Amino acid sequence: MDLFEHEARDLFERYGVPVPRGIVADTPESAREAAASLGGTVVVKAQVKTGGRGKAGGVKLASTPDEAFAAASTVLGMDIKGHTVRKVLVTEASEIAEEYYLSFLLDRANRTFIGMVSAVGGVEIEEMADSITRMPASSFDASAVFPPGVAAEVNAIASALWKVFVAEDATLVEVNPLARTESGEILALDGKVTLDDNASFRHSRPDAGAEGDPLEVRAAGKGLNYVKLDGTVGVIGNGAGLVMSTLDVVALAGAAPANFLDIGGGASAQVMADALDVVLSDPSVRSVFVNVFGGITACDAVAGGIVQALGLLGDRADKPLVVRLDGNNAEAGHRILDEARHPLITVAHTMDDAARRAAALAGAQTGQGS
Amino acid sequence: MAIFLDEHSRVIVQGMTGSEGTKHTRRMLAAGTRVVGGVNARKAGTSADFDDVTLPVFGTVAEAMAQTGADVSVLFVPPAFTADAVTEAVDAGIGLAVVITEGVPVHDTARFRAHAAGSPTRIIGPNCPGIISPGKSNAGIIPADITKPGSIGLVSKSGTLTYQLMHELKDFGFTTCVGIGGDPIVGTTHIDAIAAFEADQDTELIVVIGEIGGDAEERAAEFVRDNVSKPVVGYVAGFTAPEGRTMGHAGAIVSGSSGTAEAKKRAMEAAGIRVGRTPSETAALARAILTAG
Repeated sequence: MDLFEHEARDLFERYGVPVPRGIVADTPESAREAAASLGGTVVVKAQVKTGGRGKAGGVKLASTPDEAFAAASTVLGMDIKGHTVRKVLVTEASEIAEEYYLSFLLDRANRTFIGMVSAVGGVEIEEMADSITRMPASSFDASAVFPPGVAAEVNAIASALWKVFVAEDATLVEVNPLARTESGEILALDGKVTLDDNASFRHSRPDAGAEGDPLEVRAAGKGLNYVKLDGTVGVIGNGAGLVMSTLDVVALAGAAPANFLDIGGGASAQVMADALDVVLSDPSVRSVFVNVFGGITACDAVAGGIVQALGLLGDRADKPLVVRLDGNNAEAGHRILDEARHPLITVAHTMDDAARRAAALAGAQTGQGS
Repeated sequence: MAIFLDEHSRVIVQGMTGSEGTKHTRRMLAAGTRVVGGVNARKAGTSADFDDVTLPVFGTVAEAMAQTGADVSVLFVPPAFTADAVTEAVDAGIGLAVVITEGVPVHDTARFRAHAAGSPTRIIGPNCPGIISPGKSNAGIIPADITKPGSIGLVSKSGTLTYQLMHELKDFGFTTCVGIGGDPIVGTTHIDAIAAFEADQDTELIVVIGEIGGDAEERAAEFVRDNVSKPVVGYVAGFTAPEGRTMGHAGAIVSGSSGTAEAKKRAMEAAGIRVGRTPSETAALARAILTAG
């Protein structure tokens, strides 16, 4: 889970990473109050979980509370790369002398954690790749990068940032820029934190459910592993790898997948009904490809689940389904689907053929609809 | 021959008395695995019945190994207790720890992986379906009845894609199939399994299944180019995955421009690996090589 900047800022503060004073506001009025309470010039920053907000006009300087009101009026509600701005962070402005970069992250290749530091910061990480020094997190030392005084301060900040990383079960903690101000302070002016969802059981975490696509929120509420995409062929399958593969096969057949949805093992009628309900609620879906390999799950149970699910959904099931079952009890599964003679169901025997049929069904309806 | 697991392997199950542990212990026994006991500190000294087999439950892995000669442990313990359970198995000196549990915090995996480094213990997983040497032994949750013993070695991040290819290529059969798991950090890598298949005299062809995220496939490709003489066929899932989204597996994420399926496919092909665009095409490539050979 990625955190908002203001959530990252709060974590930093809690573990002793120096940050400017800041207040979150969700209305222009509260932004004005925040600016008045902070005093002096402030920065009004859009809170979105994507990069490039500065270029999009989501960061504004305000020298009076009224200017902060005006800035927040512009920024709140703004769309930045598909993310609507619902909150701004109002912070005291800093006179920046130099900008640095500091992070800790998971290094998958070496199956451990590394620290990264650079005397150049404030730009996208891709633009500073050559200037970054990487080292094992356990032996982090900034003195190769900075003169002694600055290095000592950066090391102290790094040690606090490492505490955030470990104590909060993060996979990324990034400060960019880490700024040295004209008055000589070193401050984390912007931060990005990614937390390990697998560790949620031992932390109280911000509620991510309220964010994002409404269908994703609804799917998450039903415990479904669903990612909304842009296409017209809905996809339901079992196992993350097989579902990813199904999306690719749909694309090879000339259509675009509308979603990723992994129902996991043991596809009961209720899980299948929940899955179909979410996928069929997506107005861009024109056909659905149900792709199940019965390993431990038996295909006859899945077939029964599909037929029952369509019964449960009634009129809400109104798009054609292409079903491909393979593996354990596949023949019995096909028999159940054949006997049901449901007008929406087409049975296909291979993934590639099923994808072609689902793509054709999505395409045919495009022609009619437009 | 087979890799990492064979008919002599003596298997214990940590978490055998839980619902998943019970269900899969029964399936492993049915597949011919020599399951010799379970471990549960709270039920030490009791036993558990599986149809016509009764298995003892021990308080510790060390005790189970001493009493039964076990050299493999399969773990079905909840995520919060997985790190401790794996550490216990490593400290007891088990040869192979197969960690089925999904949802283990990556800081925990990093810790127990580092703890096992340099020890005699090989870890497979976490978040994996396990390992099967068809006809010999099955340690984990891979369905045993969808394939047969044979000449192909398979290593994969994905469970169901493994099953799909095991099924499509069942007429050739498999020496061993290793599901290494889809987490960002895993105990056994593609390279570990590929190296073992290269050394295994019964394995004639190696199938490598990857997916988006990290660079394990790229490094495996490099390893194949430099060290592998046997034919290798590959498949990568996730060409259509959007940047920055986790696709089911915790490790399946494209970050910026890294970890893409396209980059993995290109690296594999540059190393001489024949890569299928779909699982069926991948099976067809393997079939063509084995038939011609």
